[in-house]
Amino acid sequence: MSGESALFWVLAPLAVLASVAMLFMKKAVHSAILLAWVMITLAIFYIALDAPFLGIVQIVVYTGAVMMLFLFILMLVGVDSSDSLVEKIKGIRSVAIFTALAFSLTLITFIARAELGRPSVGLDEANSGGNVEGLAQYLFSDYVWAFEVISALLITAALGAMVLAHSEKSDVARTSQKSRSIARFRGKSIATAAGLPGSGVYARNNAIDLPALLPDGKPSDLSIAEVLHRRGDVAESKSYELEGLPKIDDQGNK
Amino acid sequence: MNPTNYLYLSAILFSIGAVGVIVRKNAIVVFMCIELMLNAANLAFVTFAKINGNLEGQVMAFFTMVVAACEVVVGLAIIVTIFRSRRSASVDDASLLSR
Amino acid sequence: MTSENLVYLIALPLFSSALLMLLGRKADKWGHIFATLISASTFVIGAMEFFAMIDRPEASRAVTQKLFTWISVGTFNVDAGLLLDQLSIAFVLLITGVGTLIHVYSIAYMSHDKDRRRFFAYLNFFIAAMLLLVLGDSYLNLYVGWEGVGLASYLLIGFWNQKPEYATAAKKAFVANRVGDFGLSVAVMIAFANFGAVSFIGIEEKVGGASETALTAMGLMLLLAAVGKSAQFPLQAWLGDAMAGPTPVSALIHAATMVTAGVYLITRSNFIFDNAPTAQLAVVIVGTITLLFGAIIGMAKDDIKKALAASTMSQIGYMIMASGFGPAGYAFAIMHLLTHGFFKAGMFLGAGSVMHGMNDEVNMRRYGGLAKFMPITSITFGLGYLAIIGVPPFAGFYSKDKIIETAFNAGGLQGVLFGSAALLGAVITAFYMTRLMLMTFFGNKRWAQGSEPHESPFLMWAPMAVLAVGSVASGYLLYSGKAIVKWLAPVVDKNQHEHTEFLPPIVVTTLAVVAVIIGVSIAFIKYRGDLSESAPSEVSIFTRVIRRDLLQDDANEFLFMRPGQKLTQLLVKTDESVIDGAVRAVGSSALGSARGMRKLQTGYVRNYALLILIGALVALLAALAVTI
Repeated sequence: MSGESALFWVLAPLAVLASVAMLFMKKAVHSAILLAWVMITLAIFYIALDAPFLGIVQIVVYTGAVMMLFLFILMLVGVDSSDSLVEKIKGIRSVAIFTALAFSLTLITFIARAELGRPSVGLDEANSGGNVEGLAQYLFSDYVWAFEVISALLITAALGAMVLAHSEKSDVARTSQKSRSIARFRGKSIATAAGLPGSGVYARNNAIDLPALLPDGKPSDLSIAEVLHRRGDVAESKSYELEGLPKIDDQGNK
Repeated sequence: MNPTNYLYLSAILFSIGAVGVIVRKNAIVVFMCIELMLNAANLAFVTFAKINGNLEGQVMAFFTMVVAACEVVVGLAIIVTIFRSRRSASVDDASLLSR
Repeated sequence: MTSENLVYLIALPLFSSALLMLLGRKADKWGHIFATLISASTFVIGAMEFFAMIDRPEASRAVTQKLFTWISVGTFNVDAGLLLDQLSIAFVLLITGVGTLIHVYSIAYMSHDKDRRRFFAYLNFFIAAMLLLVLGDSYLNLYVGWEGVGLASYLLIGFWNQKPEYATAAKKAFVANRVGDFGLSVAVMIAFANFGAVSFIGIEEKVGGASETALTAMGLMLLLAAVGKSAQFPLQAWLGDAMAGPTPVSALIHAATMVTAGVYLITRSNFIFDNAPTAQLAVVIVGTITLLFGAIIGMAKDDIKKALAASTMSQIGYMIMASGFGPAGYAFAIMHLLTHGFFKAGMFLGAGSVMHGMNDEVNMRRYGGLAKFMPITSITFGLGYLAIIGVPPFAGFYSKDKIIETAFNAGGLQGVLFGSAALLGAVITAFYMTRLMLMTFFGNKRWAQGSEPHESPFLMWAPMAVLAVGSVASGYLLYSGKAIVKWLAPVVDKNQHEHTEFLPPIVVTTLAVVAVIIGVSIAFIKYRGDLSESAPSEVSIFTRVIRRDLLQDDANEFLFMRPGQKLTQLLVKTDESVIDGAVRAVGSSALGSARGMRKLQTGYVRNYALLILIGALVALLAALAVTI
């Protein structure tokens, strides 16, 4: 058993398992990680198939860039938004699985019956000047036109993403200072006229999970980010240590 | 070992990706399954390059990777935009064309 | 030889008819006078031609006139031409003479009708069409006139079509005629197929070379045409209903002229029938059946016009029977036709006069004792009555007697059968005509309230008088010296062979007179005394059947009308359910399949993705199947 076949027979089943498991994960992030595993496996296979350049590109571009992009978007959309695995369209699961099974079986039959009439050639000769040089030969002579078009496509995609993701600032009319001041004094109560205190005025500590204490000793909810509240990561602030402090009477004497 | 084994693997991965596209409801997971299918196709290309002894298959795979990257960028941007207005990333919401 | 005058015989009345129709109400004041003058002028032209014909030698008596080339298609050439020979001149004189008399009569009879001008237009049109019929020199030209008289008959029967029954009667007449016309068109086709020509002279030349089957077929088709036009069995049911038209119409068309066109057709086609004995036998049988049929149903008629109609049917049966005996009988058929024209038209005009005097009452049960109040009518009618029953020396005696003689002379069992049938017909004729006379002019007065019978005006009784003269004298004039036989021989009896005698003529004559006496006596006994105002209701089954016209209408309904109606209903239903259903099924199947396929459009993207996968699978399987 050659090294390559050992490599194949160990990693391939794992890849299949990972992709199947990807279908069943409740949380989308888990699916993304499993997909990343599959991609790395594929990169190893590329290298085993005498395509080292592609293997590295697979890791760098796909696993590194594309999967990270996926994870970013998952974060934006909401890590807590989980798929309910209850299926609303009746019967689509069984039909899909059956169809895919038939599809794969047909493909496998096709591949099994294919007869080349010669053994596989192998890439030793093609890679004689080095894999990258060989690829470059193709890219810049035969396929230079496709290359240029794809570069244009990349630029277009980047621009498109920028346009799509750009959120317009709403056209709220720029309020003037005078109108803001009037609004402040006409608010719920005169207490809000001065607005909120600046950050750090009531803080007890640098940490983001220690709440600031209001003048009466209660922790202020406004001082902790919403995410931490949801995650339950808010720590307890020690309240004021009033015992060690010198007593001051009404005249201001100690 | 016979490079045809890679082709079998590619077929299996492709089918699994197809099932995933149909079965999952979260738009991003659907997208990931599409990526899986693209990768399976890439694997097939590279295997054919090895079988035929020239690098054209790898060139093809290279181009596919680039295109897939562009597609992910734009697709995810669209999903973000839809999510901003709909507050939900489910694929089943866009069922307005039914009777 | 040719003549230039023949066309005027047809063109003048046709022009007059068109003029009166087109001018409409503007011609109301003078239309009838103009039409009568035109009709008289045709009689004058006909008389001139007749006298010219007498002067010519026998071989060149026929005159022709070619008007124009009508049809010229390949080998089929038909000229619109006219032929006036010894046979047609007899008809021309009858049509124009009796026609003019009836025109005069109608001036007075229709004087109260506001559509009198239209009536005269139709009458003139009829004269033109009937003249075309007898003057046409080919079957196709005859057909034009044939159709024309059918149309005129329809228009005139339904003249008062405000009454639905009258319109239905007109339709019935036209449909029955049409069945006959079918026979005539098939005969023309057979003629063209076998002889390559449709003119009388052309066919007569070639008749020797045709097969007997073709001749028999053509003869039978001609017989069918004659049966339809002349109201013979089995197409006789329309004649009784045709009495719905004004009485002058019944006199002219349904007594003297149109119904005799069948006899003309058969006589004109003598060269066909003489070579097809089977067809001739069929003609004789049809004639015999009809003469008995008409006589039997005439016995039970209380409507004076319908009784006369039944009598007409029976007398034409005599003519048809005679014409079926070949050269021996043609001349006598035509003679009886001519004498019948006189006395029957006279009697119809007399009936019209009676109706005129009795407020248009037609039921003889409401007549009685009219002889004192309408002397001229009763005398002229009586002379016609004596003629029809065959009392010597009046007209009908000569003609009917010769027909019975010809029937017996046919020889063998056939001759005895037909002759006896003719004798029986004579008995029954005498019976019902005597009954009619007794019920109308003699006996007790059974009039309706407010009737004041009076004699008719001069314009009405003058034609009746002229016709009465004909009833008296025409028989003797036509037969003395065998004039009619010799006159018509060049047309119908070219070979001039001697006819066998079965019984000596004097025996036949005696038998005929005896038959008349028997019939008259039976009628006298039954109808001599006072009669009741309404027909007796307790009668035997025979009388009931005879009163229903020997079930002729019921038979027609049962055999043709009801199956025809059912067929129409079936076809309508088939059209609706099968054909329209198939058309609708195309639409509904499209809708149904669309409804089914619409279920695919769920709106879910995943469904569509699944469909794409399934499509890819199918494509792959197809590719796999190809390689296996």
